[in-house]
Amino acid sequence: MLKITNLHAKVAGKEILKGLSLDLQAGEVHAIMGPNGAGKSTLGNVLAGREGYEVTQGEVIFNGKNLLELEPEERACEGVFLAFQYPVEIPGVNNTYFLRAALNAQRKYRGEDPLDSVSFLRLVREKLKVLHIGDELLHRAVNEGFSGGEKKRNEIFQMAVLEPSLAILDETDSGLDIDALKTVAEGVNRLRSKDRGMIVVTHYQRLLDYIVPDKVHVLADGKLVATGGADLALKLEEQGYAWLDDGGIKPLNIELAGQTLNP
Amino acid sequence: MSGETSTIDSLIEQKYQHGFVTDIESDTLPPGLSEDVIRAISARKKEPEWLLEWRLKAYTHWLGMQQPDWAHLNIDAIDFQAVSYFSAPKSDKDRPQSLDDVDPKLLETYDKLGVPLHERARLAGVAVDAVFDSVSVGTTFKAELKKAGVIFCSFSEAVQDHPELVQKYLGSVVPQRDNFFAALNSAVFTDGSFVFIPKGVRCPMELSTYFRINAAETGQFERTLIIAEEGSHVSYLEGCTAPMRDENQLHAAVVELVAFDDANIKYSTVQNWYPGDENGLGGIYNFVTKRGDCRGARSRISWTQVETGSAITWKYPSCILRGDESVGEFYSVALTNNYQQADTGTKMIHIGRNTRSKIISKGISAGHGQNAYRGLVRMTPRAENARNYTQCDSMLIGKKCGAHTFPYIEVRNPSAKVEHEATTSRIGEDQLFYCLQRGISEEDAVSMIVDGFCKQVFKELPMEFAVEAKALLEVSLEGAVG
Ligand SMILES: Nc1ncnc2c1ncn2[C@@H]1O[C@H](COP(=O)(O)OP(=O)(O)OP(=O)(O)O)[C@@H](O)[C@H]1O
Ligand SMILES: [Mg+2]
Repeated sequence: MLKITNLHAKVAGKEILKGLSLDLQAGEVHAIMGPNGAGKSTLGNVLAGREGYEVTQGEVIFNGKNLLELEPEERACEGVFLAFQYPVEIPGVNNTYFLRAALNAQRKYRGEDPLDSVSFLRLVREKLKVLHIGDELLHRAVNEGFSGGEKKRNEIFQMAVLEPSLAILDETDSGLDIDALKTVAEGVNRLRSKDRGMIVVTHYQRLLDYIVPDKVHVLADGKLVATGGADLALKLEEQGYAWLDDGGIKPLNIELAGQTLNP
Repeated sequence: MSGETSTIDSLIEQKYQHGFVTDIESDTLPPGLSEDVIRAISARKKEPEWLLEWRLKAYTHWLGMQQPDWAHLNIDAIDFQAVSYFSAPKSDKDRPQSLDDVDPKLLETYDKLGVPLHERARLAGVAVDAVFDSVSVGTTFKAELKKAGVIFCSFSEAVQDHPELVQKYLGSVVPQRDNFFAALNSAVFTDGSFVFIPKGVRCPMELSTYFRINAAETGQFERTLIIAEEGSHVSYLEGCTAPMRDENQLHAAVVELVAFDDANIKYSTVQNWYPGDENGLGGIYNFVTKRGDCRGARSRISWTQVETGSAITWKYPSCILRGDESVGEFYSVALTNNYQQADTGTKMIHIGRNTRSKIISKGISAGHGQNAYRGLVRMTPRAENARNYTQCDSMLIGKKCGAHTFPYIEVRNPSAKVEHEATTSRIGEDQLFYCLQRGISEEDAVSMIVDGFCKQVFKELPMEFAVEAKALLEVSLEGAVG
């Protein structure tokens, strides 16, 4: 459903993505790991169409469409959802109102009628319940004064309501207590289905205990340098990223059980 | 994905929706200001001698005063001899007795403005004293107000019917010599509203006036006086919009409020004068002196304003907190777009003991708009335990606009406390992207973010006007919405 080929992107005049390729099939969950500053968030921003992220080369095909030609809000309406590493506060704008505006904008794009407030509320309550989130977040302004964990939960809650076909979670697990971590995992696992895909960016193996990925990629210096199964994450947790660099700038093409290192 | 500025630019570009001119024959005095002109205004209005004398005295003061020079406003010299000081719709000569008698063209004008007079008045339970140019034409709900003992009429009517009240209070809050524009207004004011709420009465409805400038090159000099006796309550709203013009139009109003013991006055303004075109041409010059006098103990005066119009706005609704434990409040949203300039704020003068004031100011600048907040908080030596809280937030949309904050604080009583908070933010590119990423369009995102920013002020407005104010901001910020 998502095919990224040789993607190069610049931020503030500096090349950050340097030929990244990734193939995500419908129904799959891919984890992306990698050192700080490698370009993981940049990838999410490029896919979501953030201003200032300039694609200089490469192609992204999403459900048969050239994603890079679409405006950010069109990408969202096509089903691309980015759970932000740092969710943004919008003072004075009610969280429920915001989410309903978002859902109805997406429904309109798909040619569906807007949900009235009663049906919307019903939907929202149902989602809160399965995610074990209290409803106090509903009455507050979007992320305003939310704790770090509450912000992350709110992202998952939004994702649950919007039901995107491609969800990109950017370190949604960072800074979470164990209950919140389970909420995140619950949100992802519930959404998992044969026609959806997910990219989970994380630094920690522990999330992958709850969300078992189909593939694990290592993003370093603007491209994927290693790809493997769930066990790659375990090795990374134990050994860090240094071993990938042992051969110098180009990682060694060593064979590990069930995983290859991309040149 | 580049060109952030240009997308935002096109987004905030908008055409003034109320730009049209009604051609009702105006009975207009030739331009220019002199003693004769003042005598003519007074004679046409059949004013008593004392009022003419009062005007002439103000004129003498004005002649000796200099037009002020402001640091943050860029104003071409105003030629006061090119302004016409009186204009009334012809139909005024035989005053309409009811709305049915009102010039249909005029009603049509209100319709175009989205102010279906009778509808709105009946539905919202609002008494509308519609001011067209300088003379009041339609007044409703008089009877119900009369039953409550409330006087709500045009200023000219009050001069005829309640001269003793007018004489007693006129100029008692804003003296003739207060400032250049107040002096000018005192000399040439034409009409406005008069409200008197007797002791212990809670005014049974919101009092509302729609203002509108019409005749070309005609200065508009409103005079409004509101008196709330002991223990009374009143909520008053003014709203205005003006037709498109090429000439700069001068507007210099004076509003005086007097609150006695335990009285409560809430004065809300939604202001939408023609702001000038994208290049800054045309537009209203709006110089307003608004002041409330909390004369009595525990009295309360609250100003709420939403300013989106005018080429130039110069306005500082103020409170003089004379009575012990009196309270002054100022809630303001000021938006400047294109080449609009606003210099607004408030003055809170604490004189009584345990007086409190609160200032919430939200400035939004877009395009080349310049927005300045200028606020004075003065704690005089008698103001034991007085308190002020000021919060002053600015939002910038785009890169060519500006926001400036000038707080003046004078504390002469050691027990008084003044708290000031100020923030400036650019409409977050990150906030905008967050909304877009959820599928919300750029236009909706901007108005949502701006609306959220103004929430604290909007919630102070009467419900139906809050909705109107929100719509006004959207219109002022968005491109032509389909
Ligand atoms: N808006 C920007 N302006 C300038 N540099 C940027 C910008 N966004 C990203 N960068 C730079 O791009 C590089 C990649 O950043 P990115 O946020 O994608 O890293 P990351 O892999 O998500 O790291 P982390 O694990 O710390 O979240 C960094 O060097 C960062 O400083
Ligand atoms: Mg990151």
